[in-house]
Amino acid sequence: MTREELDAAVVTEQERSQSFRHHVDVCIAAGCLSSQSEVVLNSLRTEIRERGLEKECALRGVGCMGLCKAGPLVALDGQAVMYQTVAPADAPEIIESLDTAPVERLVCPVNMPFFNRQTRIALENSGQIDPERIEEYIARGGYSALAEALAELTPAQVVERITASGLRGRGGAGYPTGLKWSTVVKAPGSQKYVICNADEGDPGAFMDRSVLESDPHRLLEGMAIAGYAVGAEQGYIYVRAEYPLAIKRLKTAIRQAVRADVLGTTIMGSRFNFQVDLRIGAGAFVCGEETALIASIEGGRGLPRLRPPYPAEYGLWGKPTLINNVETFASVPVILRKGSEWFAGIGTGKSKGTKVFALAGAVQNTGLVEVPMGITLREIVFDIGGGIPGGKRFKAVQTGGPSGGCIPEAYLDQPVDFETLAQLGSIMGSGGMIVMDETSCMVDVARYFMDFCRTESCGKCVPCRVGTVHMHNLLTKISEGQATLDDLAMLEELCDLVRHTSLCGLGQSAPNPVMSTLRYFRDEYLAHIQDKRCPAGVCHIAPEVTA
Amino acid sequence: MKPAEQVTVLKINGDEVSAHADQTILDVARENGIEIPTLCYLENLTEVGGCRLCLVEIKGAAKLQPACVTRVREGMEVATHSSRLDTYRRKILELIFTERNHICSVCVANGNCDLQDMAAALGMDHVTYPYLNPSVPVDLSHELFGIDQNRCILCTRCVRVCAEIEGAHTWDVRNSGINSRVFTDFNEPWGESQTCTNCGKCVNVCPTGALFKKGKAVGERTRQIDFLPYLKTMREELK
Ligand SMILES: Cc1cc2nc3c(=O)[nH]c(=O)nc-3n(C[C@H](O)[C@H](O)[C@H](O)COP(=O)(O)O)c2cc1C
Ligand code: SF4
Ligand code: FES
Repeated sequence: MTREELDAAVVTEQERSQSFRHHVDVCIAAGCLSSQSEVVLNSLRTEIRERGLEKECALRGVGCMGLCKAGPLVALDGQAVMYQTVAPADAPEIIESLDTAPVERLVCPVNMPFFNRQTRIALENSGQIDPERIEEYIARGGYSALAEALAELTPAQVVERITASGLRGRGGAGYPTGLKWSTVVKAPGSQKYVICNADEGDPGAFMDRSVLESDPHRLLEGMAIAGYAVGAEQGYIYVRAEYPLAIKRLKTAIRQAVRADVLGTTIMGSRFNFQVDLRIGAGAFVCGEETALIASIEGGRGLPRLRPPYPAEYGLWGKPTLINNVETFASVPVILRKGSEWFAGIGTGKSKGTKVFALAGAVQNTGLVEVPMGITLREIVFDIGGGIPGGKRFKAVQTGGPSGGCIPEAYLDQPVDFETLAQLGSIMGSGGMIVMDETSCMVDVARYFMDFCRTESCGKCVPCRVGTVHMHNLLTKISEGQATLDDLAMLEELCDLVRHTSLCGLGQSAPNPVMSTLRYFRDEYLAHIQDKRCPAGVCHIAPEVTA
Repeated sequence: MKPAEQVTVLKINGDEVSAHADQTILDVARENGIEIPTLCYLENLTEVGGCRLCLVEIKGAAKLQPACVTRVREGMEVATHSSRLDTYRRKILELIFTERNHICSVCVANGNCDLQDMAAALGMDHVTYPYLNPSVPVDLSHELFGIDQNRCILCTRCVRVCAEIEGAHTWDVRNSGINSRVFTDFNEPWGESQTCTNCGKCVNVCPTGALFKKGKAVGERTRQIDFLPYLKTMREELK
C-alpha cells in the first residue's frame, strides 16, 4: 500500500460509512462480552434483517466504551445516544427508536463527567471502531504516522519526536521513552528487537487488554514505528494466555496488516521490513518484569536477572532490545500524527500526556478512564468516578497494585503524576486504581497484596522468597488479633530488608502496600494489635477467652 | 588470543585497585584480599545473584548491588562492609535458616557447611524470625547419593554444575516462590533419572548437607571441588 492508496482507503471507508443512515455500535470488549453483549449484537442483527434495514443501518461490534459497569453498552449514531445494560429483548425497541426518540429507560447520559472529563489518546479509537477491521482503523488516520515516518523522517528524527513529546513508559516505572529508544539506537549490533509487554499482571488492571481488544492496529503501528526508529526488523508481543480475545484480535490484525503491506517486507514501498509475532505468557506476574519476560520468550524459566545490563543493550538473545508497554506504543502513532508539542502540552512538567486507569472498587462508575496527567485524585474519584456509592465515606485510593500504595483523603487534591504518587508512598504503576470506602480494612488490604506477592515471587532471591512469606504471616497474625507490638516492629524491619535487598522490582516494591498503610493508617494496625479490634469490621478477631 | 583487556581503576573501601573491565566486583575484591560473603556464588559457575549476601554499596547508585554479578566500572567507589550491610546480611541469613529445617546436630555436613560457616563469620548467633517448618521430602532412591530438601537453600549450585560442567542438566528448579524445589529430570525419583551420570559433582558443590554421599554419618561429609577450574578451562577452550 502506498500513501496514495492509504488516502484512498480512508475515502472509501468514509463513503461506506456515510452510505448508512444509522449506526448501531455494540461493545464487544471483555467487560461487555461478560454480560452477554454478543447476544445483544445478534438480536440487533436479527432485528435489522427482519425489518430489511441492512442497507440503511450499519451494525457492528466495537471496542471498549469505558463505562464497563453499565454493560452491555450500545451506542447509536456515533455515540449521540448511548444505552446501558441492554438486554437482547431490547433490540426491537432500540431499532424502532432510531427514527424517533431514544428509549428513555435505557439511556446512559453521555454528557456526564465520566465521558466528558476524559482525554483520549491511547483509547482514541476504543469504542469507535470495529477492532477486527483494518479499514476502520485506517479511516481514522491509522497507519498514516507510519507512512509519514517511512517517507519523510529519518529514524533519528522519529526518536527526536518521541523524546520531544516527553512520553514516559506506561508499564509502571515511567522511564523516558525517547531516552530508551535512543539507547537501543546507540547499542552496537545490527540485529535488534522490539518487544511489547502485554503481560498486564496487576490484579484488577485491564488497560492494556482494552487497547489490544479494542484497537489492536494501534499497537502494531506503534511497534512498526519503533522498529523503524531503532533499526529492528522483528517485533514480539508478549501477551498473557488469559487474554484469548486479545490474542485472537491481534492475530487477525497482524494478518490484515501484512496483507495491507503495513507490516512485512518493504513496507509501503520503503526498504523497511518489520514482522510481528506473538508470544503467549503462561500467567506468572513476574514475567511482566522485562528480564524475566525476555527469558520466557527465549524458552527459559521466567526469572529476572540483574540489570544492568539493561535490555536496551543486552536483551533478547543477547541483542539490543526495545521493550515498551502496550499503552506506551499505543501513544506513539498519535504523537507523530498530532505532533510532539501537542502531546507535551497535555499533562504536567515531568509527566506528559494522558494515563489510562482501570477504576474499580467503591465508586459509582467503574471502568476504564483516560485522563490528562496532573488531574487530581479527587477529580478522578468524585467527578469521573461519580463518588462513593451507598452514602459511604471515602477511605483511600490504591494505585499501582501490589507494587503501589494506599493514598488517604488528605491527599485527594494532589495531582496524578509519576513524582507526586511516588512521594505519597505509592506509584503510578500500570494504571490500576481501586477506591476504598470505610468498609475496607487497611490491614486486610495490605495482607491481600502481600499474599499476591508471596504467591507470585519467582523464588530466585532469598529476601523476596522468604521475606514475603514472613510478612504475610505477620499481617495475618495482626488481622487475627494475635500480634504484639514486637511483631509490628518485625514487619517494619522486613519491609526495609526486602525492599532494599531483593533482586527485582517485584520484591523491591512488595513492601509498598504495607509501608503506605502503616504510614497513613497506623491506628488501624494498632487497633488490631492493642484493642483486638478491626475498626472496619472486616477481620474476624476471636474474642479473648478469659479463664 | 583474546584482545588486550581494558584496565579499569576503581576504589574498594577507599583503596584504589585496578581490574580488567570484564571482572566482577567480587573477583577484584578477592584478588585484593577483601572478603565479601557469598553463598550462591561458586567460582567457575555462572553467577545468579540470588542469595544477596554479597550486596555492596556503590557510591551514586540508588540500590545495593550484588558483587558476584556486577561488573566493575572506571571510577566506581565500592563499600563492601558497613553496619547496614552487616545487618542486612545477618537478616538474610536468618531468613535462610527459617526457610527449611536446618538442624546442624543431626546433619552430615555439621562442621563442613558453608551455611554454618557463614553464620559464624557474620555473627548470626540467633534467629529472630519464626521458623517456617515446612514439610519437605528426602529422596534416597539413588544408589550412591541422597537429597534432603530440609537442608536445601536453593543456591542452584547443583543445577548449574550439572548443566554447565557435567553437561547433563539433570537438576533444575520447579514451582516458584517459597514452594521452589530442586528436582531431577521430570520429577521422578533421583534413582530413576535417565540423565544422571552418577558423577557426584552436585554433591561436591552443595554448600550444606542437602546433597550427600550415602553412608556418611553426622558431620562426616567432605567435599572436593577442585575439578571445577580444570573443567571450566577445558570447556572454554572447546568454544
Ligand atoms: C514484577 C514486575 C511486573 C511487571 N509487569 C509489567 C506488566 O505487566 N506490563 C508492563 O508493561 N510492564 C511491567 N513491568 C515493567 C517492565 O519491567 C518494564 O519496565 C516495562 O515493560 C517497560 O515499558 P515502558 O518503558 O513502556 O513502561 C513489570 C515490572 C515488574 C518488576
Ligand atoms: S525479587 Fe522476588 S520475583 Fe524478583 S527475583 Fe527475587 S524472588 Fe524473584
Ligand atoms: S553470592 Fe552474590 S548473590 Fe549470592
